[in-house]
Amino acid sequence: MRTTTVVIGAGQAGLAMSWWLAKRSIDHVVLERGEVANSWKTERWDSLTLLTPNWQSRLPGYGYQGGDPDGFRTMPETIGFIEQYAEVISAPVRTHTKVISVRSRGEGYEVVTDQGNWQCETVVLATGACNIPVVPAVAEAVPPAMKTLTPIQYRNPDQLEEGGVFVVGASASGVQIADEIQRSGRPVTLAVGEHVRVPRVYRGKDIKRWMDASGVLDQRYDEVDDIVRARNVPSLQLAGYTDRRTIDLNSLTRIGVKLVGRLAGINQGKAQFSGSLRNVCALADLKMIRLLDTIDEWARENGCDGEVGPPHRFEPTEVEESPPLLLDLTSGRIKTLIWATGFRPDYSWLDLPVLDRKGTIRHDGGVVEAPGLYLLGMPFLRRRKSSLIDGVGDDAHDLSAHLASYVRGKAVKTREVHARFSAG
Amino acid sequence: MTTATTEKPVNNGVNVEALFGAREALTKAPEAAQFKWRASCEWVKGTQSRSTVDSFYGLGAEQKHKTKFTFDSDHPEVFASEDAAATPVEIVLAGLAGCLTAGIAAVAQARDIQLRSVKATLEAGMDIRGILGADPDVRNGFDGIKVTYKIDADASLDDIKAVVAQSQKRSAVYDIITNPTNVTVEVK
Ligand SMILES: Cc1cc2nc3c(=O)[nH]c(=O)nc-3n(C[C@H](O)[C@H](O)[C@H](O)COP(=O)(O)OP(=O)(O)OC[C@H]3O[C@@H](n4cnc5c(N)ncnc54)[C@H](O)[C@@H]3O)c2cc1C
Repeated sequence: MRTTTVVIGAGQAGLAMSWWLAKRSIDHVVLERGEVANSWKTERWDSLTLLTPNWQSRLPGYGYQGGDPDGFRTMPETIGFIEQYAEVISAPVRTHTKVISVRSRGEGYEVVTDQGNWQCETVVLATGACNIPVVPAVAEAVPPAMKTLTPIQYRNPDQLEEGGVFVVGASASGVQIADEIQRSGRPVTLAVGEHVRVPRVYRGKDIKRWMDASGVLDQRYDEVDDIVRARNVPSLQLAGYTDRRTIDLNSLTRIGVKLVGRLAGINQGKAQFSGSLRNVCALADLKMIRLLDTIDEWARENGCDGEVGPPHRFEPTEVEESPPLLLDLTSGRIKTLIWATGFRPDYSWLDLPVLDRKGTIRHDGGVVEAPGLYLLGMPFLRRRKSSLIDGVGDDAHDLSAHLASYVRGKAVKTREVHARFSAG
Repeated sequence: MTTATTEKPVNNGVNVEALFGAREALTKAPEAAQFKWRASCEWVKGTQSRSTVDSFYGLGAEQKHKTKFTFDSDHPEVFASEDAAATPVEIVLAGLAGCLTAGIAAVAQARDIQLRSVKATLEAGMDIRGILGADPDVRNGFDGIKVTYKIDADASLDDIKAVVAQSQKRSAVYDIITNPTNVTVEVK
């Protein structure tokens, strides 16, 4: 089979790209191993709600139409939203078509799937940034008797044995899972490394409203001074609860979660924690203050001060005088360990020499080194919001423009070659 | 908040361009980033010994310090020693202080903050029943280290705190002390 562009993945990224390709009259298909919104259907826990408010689900040519713009979607609602988008834009999605290999062929690519092969000039990788849970190397030393889970396997507390739970990682997934499990009556110990603390509501408005309005989310990849660091910033400690409560280390301590430092090693069944807990908390507090300063400054300059509550600051993160440095994983008190230590993409099927030493794709804002190959949906790909439902559309716009001119350039070249032959 | 509005460029005596340049170069050639630090030590007498630091390996080649540095260590008279030099644990504290303070100068330079003075005091608790073997439940090492900085600089207190926190994030000795490390001691 032949087409101009093969888009791999029918999540928000692949669909947004499809919308722009259709706008630019570029013949394409969207290949999806499962169904539309597969990640939301199969890789998220039951109680998860989006941490981005409803108004912030803007996709090209589409947005939230309901009566609760400040609410947060449940998983079924999120799935419905993405499915409707695919329908409304009539995306040419081929479901249950798993890509097994992408290789170069002539001046273009061959995309091998379990439903036949595609020849094309350009390929868009929109297979998601969160395919594989990252589990640190110390996992090998976890006592074999201990049950371990990743957020992709975790569904709800009932799935866990009664007894203690050790959650490693305190970013969005880790804090939400810790909160839910502690409330289910299973005492949680939470290992905290570097993290980003933000309040849900600031001066009476949702933090995402402020970040959106002040331009923080639109910051471009070629404008930040350290893109490597920016791309590796952990997700915000934030949750989309109906009561809009803030989730942070203080709120977790208040319900009884025990904080320990970053998991540094496991020796003879004993987990060892870094003594840097106080510092990572201090860093997070200071960064939050800096964000709030930016917001206050923006509000003042834009004359919003009269319409919103007064500036205020939150209490510092409380850290126990000497947090424990060891936790015995063999005592029987801890029954389950959950690795909430982040995710990485899966490129095991990509047979092209575009990966660096660490297995990440070499690219400039999504334009991959191999001509005609594009990447979409990665953290801070082109903008701070690149991996969010609300952010991928602008990246898809830019990259589809690049793709279109590449295809046009190739077509011109081919015509010139033909002309030369027929003239000769 | 007082942010620095300096006419003259900030100068803490740290060449951050060179440091950033090295970071760039080492991303391209990660082999060159592999360093080996060395020290040797000879017993003098009693609890006294002398450590020497001379060469190290880095940037793909053997390197030498400009001079050979020596560090004496001993124990105080309350341990019935001669007190000819600082104790090894005090030298560890000095190492931590030196590493953090160098980091503060570098981070401040990178953030355009002029430092006027930086002073640290360090205190570490230790229950010596551990090292004496008097109680097997007491650990040998510090039960905690407290570092207190007094910093005079052209920046708000929060910005200064952020410099100090960032310096901890990047400090080698801070990491060595806060995280477990495998140590192998052999006799040849
Ligand atoms: C726990 C969690 C919570 C999140 N919460 C929010 C939130 O509140 N708000 C927000 O804006 N963002 C959130 N995100 C981030 C982001 O919006 C989601 O990760 C989103 O799913 C990313 O969309 P995507 O289209 O880039 O990737 P995906 O949705 O993962 O889509 C990629 C698609 O590619 C398919 N695929 C992969 N490999 C192949 C292959 N070889 N062949 C064919 N198909 C393949 C997959 O099946 C999948 O359907 C969250 C992420 C996680 C992990």
